[in-house]
Amino acid sequence: MDPKPAVSSAPSKQPEDRRWRMVDRAMRLHGFQPHALIETLHAVQESFGYLDMDALKYVADGLKVPLSQVYGVATFYHFFSLKPAGEHTCVVCMGTACYIGGAAEIIKGVGEQYKIAPGETTRDGKLSLVVARCIGSCGLAPAVVFDNEVDGKSTPKSVLEKLGRWTNS
Amino acid sequence: MTLEELQEIAQGELEKQLGFKHQINVCVAAGCLSCQSDLVKDAIQQEVVRRGMESTTRVKGVGCLGLCTAGPLLTVDDKTLYQGVVAADASDIVEALGGSPVQRLDCSVQMPFFSRQHKIVLENCGKIDPERVEEYIAAGGYLALYKALTKMTPPEVVDQISKSGLRGRGGAGFPTGLKWSMVSKSLNSTKYVICNADEGDPGAFMDRSVLESDPHRVIEGMALAAYAVGANHGFIYVRAEYPLAVKRLKIAISQAEKMGLLGYNIFNTTFSFDIKIRLGAGAFVCGEETALIASIEGRRGTPRPRPPFPAEFGLWGYPTLINNVETLANVAPIIAKGGEWFAGIGTEKSKGTKVFALAGRVKNTGLIEVPMGTLLRDIVFDIGGGIPGGGKFKAVQTGGPSGGCIPEQFLDMPVDYESLAKVGSIMGSGGMIIMDHTSCMVDVAKFFMEFCMSESCGKCVPCRVGTAQMHDILCKITEGNASEADVAMLEDLCDLVRNTSLCGLGQTSPNPVLSTMRYFKDEYMAHVVDKTCPSGTCKIHSHVGGVK
Repeated sequence: MDPKPAVSSAPSKQPEDRRWRMVDRAMRLHGFQPHALIETLHAVQESFGYLDMDALKYVADGLKVPLSQVYGVATFYHFFSLKPAGEHTCVVCMGTACYIGGAAEIIKGVGEQYKIAPGETTRDGKLSLVVARCIGSCGLAPAVVFDNEVDGKSTPKSVLEKLGRWTNS
Repeated sequence: MTLEELQEIAQGELEKQLGFKHQINVCVAAGCLSCQSDLVKDAIQQEVVRRGMESTTRVKGVGCLGLCTAGPLLTVDDKTLYQGVVAADASDIVEALGGSPVQRLDCSVQMPFFSRQHKIVLENCGKIDPERVEEYIAAGGYLALYKALTKMTPPEVVDQISKSGLRGRGGAGFPTGLKWSMVSKSLNSTKYVICNADEGDPGAFMDRSVLESDPHRVIEGMALAAYAVGANHGFIYVRAEYPLAVKRLKIAISQAEKMGLLGYNIFNTTFSFDIKIRLGAGAFVCGEETALIASIEGRRGTPRPRPPFPAEFGLWGYPTLINNVETLANVAPIIAKGGEWFAGIGTEKSKGTKVFALAGRVKNTGLIEVPMGTLLRDIVFDIGGGIPGGGKFKAVQTGGPSGGCIPEQFLDMPVDYESLAKVGSIMGSGGMIIMDHTSCMVDVAKFFMEFCMSESCGKCVPCRVGTAQMHDILCKITEGNASEADVAMLEDLCDLVRNTSLCGLGQTSPNPVLSTMRYFKDEYMAHVVDKTCPSGTCKIHSHVGGVK
């Protein structure tokens, strides 16, 4: 890449939150160049769990990228979420192997029990239901991820049991 | 780093290994980890310590052992394989060391699942600790890079790859040697090598396993590619959904940098090369070369028309070589053993081996590597162990959303690029999903169309609108509301989208529909005319006045 001089254009208004440091670090690491946009958004999502408008503006300022472009990128990629996630997240894999194994039934079961569609969070903010394209655990299909813990060979019943422990407590 | 230093590390590691009487290798790749294999490993380690055997017994975490369905897996002294191990089995396993294996956990390594495989890409998987470069070096790692840098010119390296007949393992099967020579011919002094680890196909996990089990193999392959084409910078574009692979890649890169296997003047030559990781963000279209480049540049991952190909005008406008993980993992053995050795494996036009991720309705799900040209029947029934629960084989899906469903009458077909294309599917990246009589083929086609529809980047109209229209019709069919005119319209749309879309995603999106229509037309007709789903998957409500 072109070794352009690193412009230290850290935004003038430094929010107090310590979590911004990780975001700043990601931008600094790439010399505040526009191509660091996706990497920076990853850092934001890791720190805050989601991308809100303030964060998008902060990143746009820092990298000197139009806000429209930042918004465009943030909405293009499925991995970025513009809404805060619930306290717990249940990711149902919908890869081919999991689909053949009955993942659709699991989504239906969870949806009926908690009245949420994929991508939504329950009203009390306890549970988010997410559908993944393929988490690559096809050998364990159907696979469901409970807060970063992969569980294989799931059924609607086993999933609802596990979720019950989160939502009843 | 010099050759002597490399040999010293290898020697030291081998001596260390010989110092142990017993080796217990526990699989800590994603599949087994999700069955808590890390707890198993800790329990065995504690048991070994409790018995005061830590000086004679070594417990280590290794990469994927292949038979993911029977996890957690572990091997003892490379001879015995245990399956379905839990932490409570630790004391029995340690007790049985040196004697006869624990019967209830024993898994025969003689079964066809293991004996029919031919491992090149996966040769280190399950043998070495992916987080220690010393073990990779002890297994002969980085010797190919040394050989290329000190004894071969870049054109000679390209020549060996051309001779080997290696073709891109990402799906399309473009000859790798040709791609390399295209990039190497460019006179531009800045060039890039990109490793495409954006394994987006639903139902494929080969690349993830390679990255988790043997990351240095990919790094060495990239360095060799960079030397051959004259590049000094590399990127690995890896899915953010694979955190373990990312973590191990980061460890591997920093180890290689510390040892001088990456960085300036590698092996005291003038060759310099560095690798950076870029995280994908969940866009299937970014597997397409030009979209991937756009994503690394920090933009939306939309493809652009080719030519110019990335080989001439790639990352930031510079010549760029993009290869898939598995392709790059094949490079080091080819350089070490010569292109002719590799060309001796496989069929006339498809050389070497291919890694497949077997999944779906098959007994032995997991990761396999077989020579090109292996019969489909052997893969499904011999290696895969057939359909569980007395089900009847219906079709095997290869190539993900760009591929097709292969019915029973083609089971005796050799698996290679040409044969698969002939029956309307593609090799793809290597996902192989087996379906039995409980799967509705129209529903499967709808599943893939839904995937393509939501993954379409929206840049070109045929793909953006066409996939949505096709999905609508497929929904109508599965709901029992379609007429024969709808089926005819679906066929027309397939033709249109295939011929007018901008990139591979759109061009191949009709494949699942076309192949299921070709071989399972009767199922479509059952939905349309008789308003029934033969496999009972689709919920068709009988209603009055259905269109004939």
